[in-house]
Amino acid sequence: MQKTLDNILSRYRESGGNVISLLQETQDAFGYVPREAVQFFSRELGIAASKFYGVATFYAQFRLRPVGKHKVTACCGTACHVRGAERIMSGIQRELHVTDEEDTTTDGQITVEKVACLGFCSFAPVVLVDGAVHGKTTTDAVIKEIKSLRKK
Amino acid sequence: MASETLIRVCMGPAGIAAGGKQVIEAFHAALVDAGVSAQVRERCSSHQVGCMGLCARDVLVEVHQGDVKTVYQYIKPDMVQRIVDEHLVAGKPITEWLVDEVYASFYRKQIKVVLADCGRIDPEDIDAYEAVKGYEAARECLTNRRPEEVIEEVKMSGLRGRGGAGFPTGLKWELGRKSRGDDKYIICNADEGDPGAFMDRAVIEGSPHAVIEGMIIGAFSMGARNGYVYIRAEYPLAVERLKKALDQARTRGYLGKGIFGSAFDFDIKIKLGAGAFVCGEETALIASIEGMRGMPRPKPPFPVNRGLWQKPTVINNVETFANIPAIIRNGCGWYAGFGTDKSKGTKVFALTGKIKNPGLIEVPMGITLREIIEEIGGGIESGRPFKAVQTGGPSGGCIPASMLDIAVDYESLAKVGSIVGSGGMIVLDADDCMVNVAKYFVQFTQSESCGKCVPCRVGTKRVLETLERITTGKGKEDDIERLEKLAGGIKAMSLCGLGQTAPNPVLSTLKYFRDEYEAHIRDKKCPAKVCKGLLTYSIDEATCKACGACLRACPSGAVSGEKKKPHRIDAAKCVRCGACFEVCKFGSVNRE
Ligand SMILES: Cc1cc2nc3c(=O)[nH]c(=O)nc-3n(C[C@H](O)[C@H](O)[C@H](O)COP(=O)(O)O)c2cc1C
Ligand code: FES
Repeated sequence: MQKTLDNILSRYRESGGNVISLLQETQDAFGYVPREAVQFFSRELGIAASKFYGVATFYAQFRLRPVGKHKVTACCGTACHVRGAERIMSGIQRELHVTDEEDTTTDGQITVEKVACLGFCSFAPVVLVDGAVHGKTTTDAVIKEIKSLRKK
Repeated sequence: MASETLIRVCMGPAGIAAGGKQVIEAFHAALVDAGVSAQVRERCSSHQVGCMGLCARDVLVEVHQGDVKTVYQYIKPDMVQRIVDEHLVAGKPITEWLVDEVYASFYRKQIKVVLADCGRIDPEDIDAYEAVKGYEAARECLTNRRPEEVIEEVKMSGLRGRGGAGFPTGLKWELGRKSRGDDKYIICNADEGDPGAFMDRAVIEGSPHAVIEGMIIGAFSMGARNGYVYIRAEYPLAVERLKKALDQARTRGYLGKGIFGSAFDFDIKIKLGAGAFVCGEETALIASIEGMRGMPRPKPPFPVNRGLWQKPTVINNVETFANIPAIIRNGCGWYAGFGTDKSKGTKVFALTGKIKNPGLIEVPMGITLREIIEEIGGGIESGRPFKAVQTGGPSGGCIPASMLDIAVDYESLAKVGSIVGSGGMIVLDADDCMVNVAKYFVQFTQSESCGKCVPCRVGTKRVLETLERITTGKGKEDDIERLEKLAGGIKAMSLCGLGQTAPNPVLSTLKYFRDEYEAHIRDKKCPAKVCKGLLTYSIDEATCKACGACLRACPSGAVSGEKKKPHRIDAAKCVRCGACFEVCKFGSVNRE
């Protein structure tokens, strides 16, 4: 972890210092923004940790908690909403015993996230399972997909 | 057989989901077997996301032989062999697989300026773009025209910003040019915040060089040497294509030092958005590029005077820029020939929802909603009655069926309480609850409110609470009045466009669908059977097969029953989640 953080830090210094890019790189590397990372950047740069958290909590992209091995992203944009996204989302959550807040299964396998529009609105409702697009999908189809993930 | 055969396979999200990749592979294999020489190409991304509109009919396959184009729909890998054998080898297209009448009607009313090259050329190949006159406009401007002349041309074209507000683009550039300072910026707003729209994504994926060329011309006009594209991180393919295109343009000397052999330097950087709707607002976007929380600030000063790093900055939308090369190439008169008196040109819309042919369309301003929905979109998919169309996303409103004949332009839509917006167009049918739709948008704006100003932060929260009350059967007599009062306050007092427009979805539904609000409040009924809190569930004992599915699905233990005996729902324990209704395979759960 330390080496990755050092690299991110040096790129931050070279590129003139953009907190968002720094956090984006951190999240790319770890799947979320770990507390240790923020503490490290804060110490090294003399910027209060609250500044990083201020940015991280402002933008929907940043996660402060570890992400599961697999990711299920349900679109909740308008086109998907009117085609039953909410039902699909709650079906997935029920199946996996997760909620909006506790979005990762207890075994750390699967994280369920919401997103506002993936740009595939013509195929609403849309769910991404590990990045693969499932358009015009149903709760059952997604759950089947999730079950097969677990077996992998 | 024709001399040269080109096969294009839709490889978009739908295409891929429908097996586009396998179709391409099947073509490769079958062509080798048959000894036919043809190129198999992926159709470019704009098709992939629905630009051709008929992604619903994926996988679409185009066969070009000389000047003849044949289009097949719903192609699966195992159908490829027959296409190769009968069409390519024997020269007889397979009529029953061809696209039908819908395909033609989808295009009849469309005019493609921005989308002209999307799907036709390979977006990852700068030569392909140059072969369709790409970069000619930029070259012409940089080598033969003065910035003032270019600005005049754009002004005369009547082009207005496509990001939502419809500000005249030429005028914005002129203000940028006149603003003092050597260090100026030009920004392309590719944040595409409207949740349910994908115009900008499709344009960047389908023709990234057109956006870059538009930015070059804009930069030259105002004298900016640095450009940014602020793009959503949710669009990885668009980001990748844009990066590639920027590299190619740099290699050709179209970006960098002394572009097109002139004395003008200009380059473009990409900034990834981090998922905040408010960052589509100009001043918030600037704060975000600077690495801060994306909070708007009061205007004036406007970005053209004090923008990025306090320097003069022009911000335009993706589609706005993508219009520019064609305007310069063909002249302002040509462009102004499309559209209405005050709204010139064409506009791209993402037509989605309950429509038969969802997709990306480009139409002249002034076309009627009816033409879009009935002729291009093919009407309502389910055959249920059309109810309303939502335009402008969270800042817009719902237009009812009785107004289908109004013209789609900035003025006409504003008159009926909606907006053109960035181009989202969501069609709703009788199964959609208008109170729920309003609540959906307020939920969105409320959670995206940056929190800086009170009317927006607290006001949207109060509106949402009221709507939640109404949709769960706890609405009060005076709630409608309360909503109207709150909405008026939020509109008048919010700091930025987010708050100022956030009440629109509520106000427009209140105006045209007041009876639905009243049904929720007075009769505690949701006429469209959408609002969960107002529905009651029961099991039809006559058809119940006692399979136990609902019993297992019920999260609150409200379903009771044993094998071979019809199950029951205990209304007192029921949380109205609808799980039983969804899992029942026999339609034995009633929902009222
Ligand atoms: C809350 C909010 C969100 C916005 N989102 C976008 C957006 O996603 N894309 C966009 O181009 N403009 C958006 N705008 C409009 C921009 O502030 C700005 O007017 C536009 O980018 C200017 O470009 P144009 O003149 O080419 O339309 C948004 C405005 C507000 C208030
Ligand atoms: S609304 Fe779901 S992909 Fe656009």
